[in-house]
Amino acid sequence: MSRTDNIAFVRSDMLPEMPPPTAETGAIKWLRENLFSSAFNTILTLLSLYVIFQLLQGFLPWLLGGYWTTSSLRECRDILDGASGGCFSVLTERWNQLLFGFKYPPDQYWRMALVFVLMLGAVAPVLYQKLPRKMLYFTGLFPFLGFWLIWGGTILTPIVILAGFIAGYVAFRRLEHNSFAMAALGGIISAWIVIWLGGFISGSMSGFIALESVPSRDLGGFMLNLILGVVCVSLSLPIGIALALGRQSDLLIIKWICVVFIEFIRGVPLITLLFVANVVLGYFLPPGTNFDLILRVIIMITMFSSAYIAEVIRGGLAALPSGQFEAANSLGLDYAQSMQLIILPQALKISIPGIVNVAVGLFKDTTLVSVISMFDLVGMIRGPILASTEWNGVYWELWSFAVLLFFVVCFSISKYSQWLEQQLRTDHR
Amino acid sequence: MATLSDVPSESFRLSMLINDKRYRSYTFQFIALLLLVVAFSYLGYNLAKNLQAAGLNISYSFLGDPAGYDINQRLIDYNSQSSHWRASLVGVLNTLLVAFLGCITATIIGVFVGVLRLSNNWIVSKLMSVYVEIFRNVPVLIWILMIMAVFTAVLPKPKDYRGADATASMVADSFAFTGRGFYLPKPIFNDGSGIVVAVFLLSIAGIFFYRRYAKKALFERGQLLPTFLPSVAIFFIPSILFFFIMGQPISLDYPALKGFNFQGGIYMRASLISLWFALSIYTAAFIAENVRAGILSVSAGQTEAAASLGLRPNRIMNLVVLPQALRVIIPPLISHFLNLTKNSSLAIAVGYMDLTGTLGGITLNQTGRAIETILLLMAFYLTISLSISAIMNVYNNSIKLRER
Repeated sequence: MSRTDNIAFVRSDMLPEMPPPTAETGAIKWLRENLFSSAFNTILTLLSLYVIFQLLQGFLPWLLGGYWTTSSLRECRDILDGASGGCFSVLTERWNQLLFGFKYPPDQYWRMALVFVLMLGAVAPVLYQKLPRKMLYFTGLFPFLGFWLIWGGTILTPIVILAGFIAGYVAFRRLEHNSFAMAALGGIISAWIVIWLGGFISGSMSGFIALESVPSRDLGGFMLNLILGVVCVSLSLPIGIALALGRQSDLLIIKWICVVFIEFIRGVPLITLLFVANVVLGYFLPPGTNFDLILRVIIMITMFSSAYIAEVIRGGLAALPSGQFEAANSLGLDYAQSMQLIILPQALKISIPGIVNVAVGLFKDTTLVSVISMFDLVGMIRGPILASTEWNGVYWELWSFAVLLFFVVCFSISKYSQWLEQQLRTDHR
Repeated sequence: MATLSDVPSESFRLSMLINDKRYRSYTFQFIALLLLVVAFSYLGYNLAKNLQAAGLNISYSFLGDPAGYDINQRLIDYNSQSSHWRASLVGVLNTLLVAFLGCITATIIGVFVGVLRLSNNWIVSKLMSVYVEIFRNVPVLIWILMIMAVFTAVLPKPKDYRGADATASMVADSFAFTGRGFYLPKPIFNDGSGIVVAVFLLSIAGIFFYRRYAKKALFERGQLLPTFLPSVAIFFIPSILFFFIMGQPISLDYPALKGFNFQGGIYMRASLISLWFALSIYTAAFIAENVRAGILSVSAGQTEAAASLGLRPNRIMNLVVLPQALRVIIPPLISHFLNLTKNSSLAIAVGYMDLTGTLGGITLNQTGRAIETILLLMAFYLTISLSISAIMNVYNNSIKLRER
């Protein structure tokens, strides 16, 4: 007889598990931990809720009660009659001006739109390594196609320049086994010869498959920002790499040329460089040459961003352990080979976040061209639109639109760079 | 056994300039130098020809001529008969003013936002990241123009303050916030105020010395002196005492509505305020990220180790976390200050007369001396950035980890 027989009750099986107290599960637990964990936190939460409420209270009626189809601010205000609401009709009415500027021929807008779509296609294989590599051929063709579509004229001009580049590339590959410097020199010379000869052909047949020619002072709107941003970033990458390598090199004179250039450019605000493009650069060109303003601006912005990119890449080079340089040397690679095969692939990988930061900053800085009276998005808003009699006084709607456009572009670029960093992280953590 | 490592001495051949690594570098440098000289002489030749064709020369004598334009925002005496040099000086001071104000407010907002972004309160940290992302990803020029436009449109005009049924009223009878700018009371220094100011400065120095003494006492004798309350006392008591002993020599000049506008007091123009505000909140978004990164860079083990030594939370912050975090925070912080100073050149977009507005704007347009003015403009900004980076290098060396 076991002892348990005397005891009135002994549980012979386990109780089912009780659910945790309601205060310790699900949403309530989350609220308690994240919003009301202490008196101070509760005050902060309530304050933030109040701020959000105030913002939404002002913003939502304005957004939802807005009008999109009136033809002037006065008409919109009359319809609103004191009620809260935005006059978004300025956006619908001036949509094309905001995007393409006010001088671009309206029947040619399709060209700009096409360039934009093609640009997405051209950039895609660069951004996503998983896309078929054959698409890179299109990326290579895009600058010439884009040039032709934006500025118009005969298709022979970009074809001749393309032929020059191809000739240069072929010459480079032929001579590469000799020495890098020799090949580079040969490539440049043959490209130059082909372009020079081809210039006669395209000059004499200016009507061959020609689009309506658009002078570059007629470009404008958000497209101008995009063009400046894309062109200057892509041009400044190779220049920046060259400057960074120059700054790291043992050759004293080359090193000091690079240092002075980089420090000078980084020390002055972009706006002074734009002034240079606007009023000073002309003095340094041969008398009688009439350089396009947009080309001068592209030159200055490219110089500006290449100095910043050079500093970023220098950081990447400095972060590489010196063993990498020594290993490349001990394999018998010469300078050009060791840079191409060993050093730059690693250094560029390290510098990607910095390069993207510079690119975003540069894209934002393209709005500065409005100060030297070019009509980019900001220039359009400040100039033709706010000065017009119909829309004098619609600040919130126009500026919010500009904020939205820039935010969407820049935020997605920075998100992309974060994603890319994750993709490229090959160390085991 | 003879050593084989002796390199047979070769006589110099011309082909070694390209093929021998030792001489090739000289060839490259020589070519680079040659190209540089050719490029510069080509540009210089063009410049000389262009200037000759336009009948101009390079001369800075225009700086002595009367400027002939008015500057509405100025810190030193200036009228339209003053020289262009004086106008540039006004511009320099205006640039430094907005940069100085902007750096202070940007740091305050940035530290505040950066710390709140790390808060474990979900809603607050999300709110702060929204702020940071929105302001970082939109050009500062748009913020400046937007704030200027909204500022002028939303705030009351001076005429709203007039009459019996005024729609706006002054705050505490001394501050007026109008769409044209802010009007603040202005301190007037009468006889004897110099002593009060001197006492105030001395008491600030006193606080510094007291804190150093307290630190020394702690490190040498292990004696823990209170610092906060004595500092507050040293800050206030002597100055207030002397203020009354000298018979209240400092008084305030209040702005008052006279006619259609306010008179008296300090007048801060709308352009200055919107520029200041826009630069501050834009730069603050970057500083906030910086501060956050700095605090996150101090590993949790440091805090725990300090706590296990028995330090109280505020001492952990002051003695362990902050000194390590500041090492990460300060270098990029200074480069953000530099960016703010450079961005202040956008003042030209809202009509604030900084150096870009006076020297690079009106003086350039009036005299047509583009090269000279822009060179001066660049030299000014270059001096500022190079001197700040020099200071930063010294600082970086002084806080570098000293490994034993």
